[in-house]
Amino acid sequence: MSDPIVKTDLAIAMRGVTKIFGPDPEGALALLRAGKSKAEVQAETNHVVGLDNVSLDIAAGQIFVVMGLSGSGKSTLIRHVNRLIEPTAGEIIVHGTDVLKMSLNELRAYRRTKVAMVFQKFGLLPHRSVIDNVAYGLEVRGVGRKERLETAAKWIETVGLAGYENSRTRQLSGGQQQRVGLARALSMDSDIILMDEAFSALDPLIRSGMQDQLITLQKSLNKTILFITHDFDEALKIGDRIAVLKDGALQQEGKPEDIVLRPANEHIEEFVREVNKARAIHVRSILERGVTEPCEQSVSMDACCEDVLPLFAEHQWVGVVDGEGKQIGRVTAKQVIKALARHTPGVG
Amino acid sequence: MFPQLIDTRPWRRAVDDGLNWVVRHWGGTFESAAYPLLMLLKAIENLLIATPWWLIIGLLTGIAWLATRRWQLPAVVLGALLFLGVMDLWKDAMTTMALMIAATLTAIILSIPVGVWMSRSLRMRQGITPVLDLMQTLPSFVYLIPTVMIFGPGKIPALIATIVYAAPPLVRLTDLGLRSVDPAVMEASRAFGTNPRQRLLGVQIPLALPTILAGINQTTMMALSMVVIASMIGAGGLGYQVLQGIGRLEVSRGLFAGLGIVALAIIFDRITQAFGRQLQARIGMQEAR
Repeated sequence: MSDPIVKTDLAIAMRGVTKIFGPDPEGALALLRAGKSKAEVQAETNHVVGLDNVSLDIAAGQIFVVMGLSGSGKSTLIRHVNRLIEPTAGEIIVHGTDVLKMSLNELRAYRRTKVAMVFQKFGLLPHRSVIDNVAYGLEVRGVGRKERLETAAKWIETVGLAGYENSRTRQLSGGQQQRVGLARALSMDSDIILMDEAFSALDPLIRSGMQDQLITLQKSLNKTILFITHDFDEALKIGDRIAVLKDGALQQEGKPEDIVLRPANEHIEEFVREVNKARAIHVRSILERGVTEPCEQSVSMDACCEDVLPLFAEHQWVGVVDGEGKQIGRVTAKQVIKALARHTPGVG
Repeated sequence: MFPQLIDTRPWRRAVDDGLNWVVRHWGGTFESAAYPLLMLLKAIENLLIATPWWLIIGLLTGIAWLATRRWQLPAVVLGALLFLGVMDLWKDAMTTMALMIAATLTAIILSIPVGVWMSRSLRMRQGITPVLDLMQTLPSFVYLIPTVMIFGPGKIPALIATIVYAAPPLVRLTDLGLRSVDPAVMEASRAFGTNPRQRLLGVQIPLALPTILAGINQTTMMALSMVVIASMIGAGGLGYQVLQGIGRLEVSRGLFAGLGIVALAIIFDRITQAFGRQLQARIGMQEAR
């Protein structure tokens, strides 16, 4: 998780995206526009508001996490990017192209080349071997057999499944199956990867391993990854930016630290309270900037509070260095404690 | 007694006259339209009768071995076929088998597209389901008589009656199998930019194949259960032996031919089921159940 790279071209822009489920979404939309709440619309028209006027800017090369509880509309949101779900209102622009204006053929071409997706329930084809599953997207795209199997084999190795090429997917564990799902998406070499609760069905340890692998992969791939999760810790761990959804409406959007240090409302504070802040807050966001005398001990600006805490047993100051090893500031135990204590009930 | 509200006699007369009119004016057309069916049946029958008995026994036992890779099923198949031969039922059994195979093949060609169509449109399903119910519950004599009037007694009306009776389960199971494919897999396929044809051939049909095969199994069984009725209008075969047994009060003849039908049913039921199981194991459904 590095500082958002200075590369601000937008990959995905969503403008006022609203989705209402039911036979007459337009009627319900009028009520919603008139200022009624999601619950009121549902009570009056029996229509479910999936998304309520969501606007997001997702820069290229980021891992952008959308976080929310079940029913918050996050899975609906991600399906709008490749138009598996059609919005009731709003605009979705991907790399400058309006996704909603695409014809059916253009949409298929877009799905075959520009966006790949990883699913919570894996969505693998049980009648095919692992390698044929990984090559599936390329097969649909029309890539020749030899070439697609080569690409697939390469990605199977990258995700650590070498030797399983000819297994059936049902013979694999959940973690292995999701590696197949990930390899299938990566072999598409698309700019955008959509990950819908990709790790939620996995055991905690395996999930953590997959998160680490995704972060490592992203360092070399630099894809735009839209990642959906209900797990705030996961969001903090892998997200360059995080958006929080509740009842289909956007609550807050920002860097992980922004959300932990300055939660926008009570709903988000509830998440923040449960989270290990020492791991979520990075020294770069609390350091005292400026050129100071070199400290005996120093840490990278990407380190989190958890990493520096033990150093304060021996040192009063800990220096903070940037990527090139140049000291850009320092932190004290007091600053760290203050950051951790903020927003904790009864203190700040 | 229910009071007579209207006189239904004119209606009955209209139906009878209508049918007679059709037979007079269109009988020849219908007959030539059904000619390919007759050719198919004849070809299969001639092939089965011309093939030496030991080759047929070898083939079916071999298929049974391929379906299970164990000795039990081939032994059962071998025993059933030897029974047919020893009891002097071989030629009749081949005729019956030809009728069953021709009816099943035709039913597959007709039913699977209808099942696909039903699985995609609620309206189609609502429209076709009552027709299927009718085909399965209407006593076969009701449509047997008009078919005989139109095509004349012989193998064609027998084949058509068998198809009408045997096709519905395959249509239903094709529809069911296609609709019960895991929606998560279908969505994943859609997300990779597949068109409906690619989803049907690459995802839906392979995953529904065990269910479709169960439908084919049902169709073969129901086709066999029609052989006695079919032999009444000239299909010949084992059913005819049963019929003669009844007519002449020769219990033994009816019994042996009846057991011959059972033997055929066992052979085809066990072989198709074994293939279904093999297919399911390949897809990995067994662990999921």
